[in-house]
Amino acid sequence: MNEIALLIAATLASGTPVALAGLGLLLNEKAGVLNLGAEGMMLVAAVAGFAVAFHTGSDWVAMGAGALAGMAMALAFGWLVIWLGTNQYATGLALSLIGGGLSAFVGLGYVGKKLSERTVFDIPGLADLPFVGPAFFRQHPMTYIAIVATLAIAWFLYRSRGGLVLRAIGESPESAHFLGYRVRLIRLAAVLAGGALCGVAGAFLSVVYAPLWVEGLVAGRGWIALALTTFATWRPWRVLLGAYLFGGVTMVQFFLQGEGVEIASQLLSMLPYLATIVVLALISRNPAWIRINMPASLGRPFHPGS
Amino acid sequence: MTEMNKRFLLKVAAGAIAVAALAGCGKSEPPKAPEPAKKAEAAPPPPPKPEPLKAAWVYVGPVGDAGWTFAHDNGRKAVEAEYGDKIKTTFVEKVPYGADAERVIRDLAAQGNKIIFATSFGYMEPMLKVAGEFPDIKFEHATGYKTAPNMRIYDSSFYQDAYMAGIIAGKMSKTGTIGFVGSFPIPEVLRNINAFTLGAQTVNPKIKTKVVWVSTWFDPPKEAEAAQSLINGGADVLLQNTDSTAVLQTAEKNGKFAFGWDSDMSAFAPKAHLASAIVDWSGYYKRAIKEVMDNTWKTERTVLGVKEGANDLIKIADVVPEDIRKKVAEVKDGMKAGTFEVFTGPVLDNTGKERLAKDAKADQAWKDKVDFYVKGVDGKIPAAK
Amino acid sequence: MFRLEARPQPSRAMTVASPLLALLLTAGLAALLFVLLGKNPLAGLSAYFLEPLNGRRQLTEVALKATPLILCALGLAVCYRSNVWNIGAEGQFVLGAITAGGLALWMTSVGFKASAWIITPLILAAGALGGMAWAAIVAFLRDRFNASEILVSLMLVYVAQQLLNYLVFVTWKDPKGFSMPHTPTFDAATWLPNLVPQSRLHVGALVALVLVAVFWAFIFRSWRGFQLQVGGLSPAAARYAGFSARAALWTALLVSGAMAGLAGAMEAAGPLRQLTPYVSTGYGFTAIIVCFVGRLHPVGILFSGVLLSMFLIGGELGQSRLGLPNALTGVFQGLLLFLLLACDTLIAYRVRWVGAVPAGGAGR
Repeated sequence: MNEIALLIAATLASGTPVALAGLGLLLNEKAGVLNLGAEGMMLVAAVAGFAVAFHTGSDWVAMGAGALAGMAMALAFGWLVIWLGTNQYATGLALSLIGGGLSAFVGLGYVGKKLSERTVFDIPGLADLPFVGPAFFRQHPMTYIAIVATLAIAWFLYRSRGGLVLRAIGESPESAHFLGYRVRLIRLAAVLAGGALCGVAGAFLSVVYAPLWVEGLVAGRGWIALALTTFATWRPWRVLLGAYLFGGVTMVQFFLQGEGVEIASQLLSMLPYLATIVVLALISRNPAWIRINMPASLGRPFHPGS
Repeated sequence: MTEMNKRFLLKVAAGAIAVAALAGCGKSEPPKAPEPAKKAEAAPPPPPKPEPLKAAWVYVGPVGDAGWTFAHDNGRKAVEAEYGDKIKTTFVEKVPYGADAERVIRDLAAQGNKIIFATSFGYMEPMLKVAGEFPDIKFEHATGYKTAPNMRIYDSSFYQDAYMAGIIAGKMSKTGTIGFVGSFPIPEVLRNINAFTLGAQTVNPKIKTKVVWVSTWFDPPKEAEAAQSLINGGADVLLQNTDSTAVLQTAEKNGKFAFGWDSDMSAFAPKAHLASAIVDWSGYYKRAIKEVMDNTWKTERTVLGVKEGANDLIKIADVVPEDIRKKVAEVKDGMKAGTFEVFTGPVLDNTGKERLAKDAKADQAWKDKVDFYVKGVDGKIPAAK
Repeated sequence: MFRLEARPQPSRAMTVASPLLALLLTAGLAALLFVLLGKNPLAGLSAYFLEPLNGRRQLTEVALKATPLILCALGLAVCYRSNVWNIGAEGQFVLGAITAGGLALWMTSVGFKASAWIITPLILAAGALGGMAWAAIVAFLRDRFNASEILVSLMLVYVAQQLLNYLVFVTWKDPKGFSMPHTPTFDAATWLPNLVPQSRLHVGALVALVLVAVFWAFIFRSWRGFQLQVGGLSPAAARYAGFSARAALWTALLVSGAMAGLAGAMEAAGPLRQLTPYVSTGYGFTAIIVCFVGRLHPVGILFSGVLLSMFLIGGELGQSRLGLPNALTGVFQGLLLFLLLACDTLIAYRVRWVGAVPAGGAGR
């Protein structure tokens, strides 16, 4: 029983960074911009976050730095894609590549460095409850922040005026332009917000989750986060659930190995990726689901003059 | 942008530049060039010195990994310190296995290096091919099994460290379950898992070992997840055959115990750290260079261990009781004297089959072929058919 | 203040000049980085741009490394021109190595002997089919379930790598290999014939050159190639003209899968001659850069493949000659692609000086 509780706890922790990045990308995509550079932004943010945590000793300052680093990367992307109208796919891929190289280069001196003492975040009282305590109340605050962020983003997108404008731009930038909205600036804001959330996720990985810096630390989580937005048919709560699902599958395969299940570990390691593909196929198969929620202008450039 | 934000950015930028500069300096190990120039200014040109011996190292990881590559690079630095301007060393880090390795090794050979060390298993075939083309150059391959007239192999005995760590783990485990984060199911790693378990059984015969494979030598988040999973499964003392500090740090976070691997990792987890299993290659590297200088180098296989002063278990934590420290010290003395062998029969595998007869001592051939878990380890090896 | 102004017509001159400009800017930034690292910038640039071309050994190595890059990128160009975003060439490459390696292992175990004229085409075909099959999964899931090809092709990279791990650790492990993760060495009869004596350059390089010509003809001179591009640019227009977006999807993915698989087969039966878990060192991903830097044009890809190969080898030389960190190579690759995208704007726009910004204005 206790093992199940711990499995839940590990799943939540493992899903959190993916959820944060996925939520950021969701904002991006709701505005009609597809940023394939998530992995690169997360890597640069991870090294920036680690460096700041190393020098200041504060995790929270580090995550702020991660957010800024993510935004800086997103700014370069946004300028190319939104103002210069470059191909979003190619630019995003370039961002991923440059992020990988840059983070490895900048991070050279931080490989094998140790951060100051880690803090334990048990919620007094609740943490000692049987089962639910270890399962839910011994998490890093970022786990709860991710849930609150989901709530906030869901509210923003579907209950606020700003969210309505954002979605309108994602659906039809031309009409939004006619209505007098500054499409490119709003798109840039969404891209920056996406960069910030990816950045926080990257910094969380290097500062809290690992907590270490090595080259390629993010190890594909940026791509998983991108998959999540489609998975979730662009719905915030489903992004969060999808992230936990991915975290769960990852942890379950280790759990099965530890229990001595006689399946080759190489085959078990395929599980998270196979699961992603299967769920993706299942969700995408119903075109109605996708069409209702997918921003119609996703991936298309917008030129105000044309 | 607020003032605060600006400061962050500045700090990050400054950090980045500082790191870049540091990295640049740290890397350029042979900045010996300016030295002769200075001398030339002060004094008349010195008599022509003999050309320094050129030696090169090929690394699989970054030199700063605090693990396997770091240990080899310390060995290289020791060589530089020992031979000074009689030697010029070069290294190439993060060389991928396969086609790239062959090119790197060939290029180093063509650059006039007289001895080349390839420090990981995956360089075996590439090095063998290049060795055939450069008969005058000496090639040294760590952890492999193929040799040539001008290529020899060397290895360490981490399983001796793992055995001593096991003794401590057997005592410190309250749950009777210990955990091992494995990289790849190759004989070396299986030896370590088995030795760790056998060591623990000398203190607590009922101890169980759980193993989780991560299919990588170095992926901290994955190592951390694997360690967490072992802890969730009841393991309270962990050892790993991966190169980062993530397992140790995960144990610290969970209030469990673990060991350092490859280098002294005590600083990473003051409470969880029980001891560090290390290897020191400098003795071997100095010897190999000397043999090339003296022209006494010949093809052989060297297996270094505690006896040769290469492997050791260091920084045993204060929480480890006195009787256990004594026991470890005794075992270490036995290893030093060459009288103690970790794999002494009877050794049963975890299906109950006898793998080593009673009182038999394992020879090198036996150790090279380990492909089973000893009794007490849970599960089945993923490499077994 | 500068302002971007749309050109009435895309500039042909800039189409050619922009990659060169991007390369020049990359080299400039690289020189700056070398100075920051306290190295002689000229020596650094020479390690990346001159030394890889110095002498027969280096030249053949550049060609050897460029071959898989060019092959993968040719296939990807067809994909991207058809608006099919396959980014999983790496996985298709691995699969090609697996199937070609599997055939070579089988030939080795049964002692199959025949002329290289028979064996080499068989091995290469096996690789191409393997890559094709892996890409077909992507096409199927896109076609049948509408699943994003970007994500599926990428996820399949991880799956392919684990499949390779499983094969070399378990099924095909060399029984005499001390349980180490590699297959036996293939029989010499299955190796790709050499092209230049005393080098590792194999006939694959020649095949790649021929395929550059074939792809040029296919893309620019064939009806099918034209259909693909129209189908990619505007599915609606394509339907109107009677082209099928489905056919475009399948063709693009199968072609690119076959090319990546072919590259994988050449790596396995060329320089490696056995399977290990490390068959690819990111060729499939680097090929994406090659493809864009070559602006999806077969001849451009030929040049950019060689250029990127020089970068990669230059990175190694920079380490052993100057002690430059390995991570620089990745920075340069990303920079080059990024700058190219930025420079490409100059094809459709021109930069115009429109006078000074009023004081206090947030000019840029």
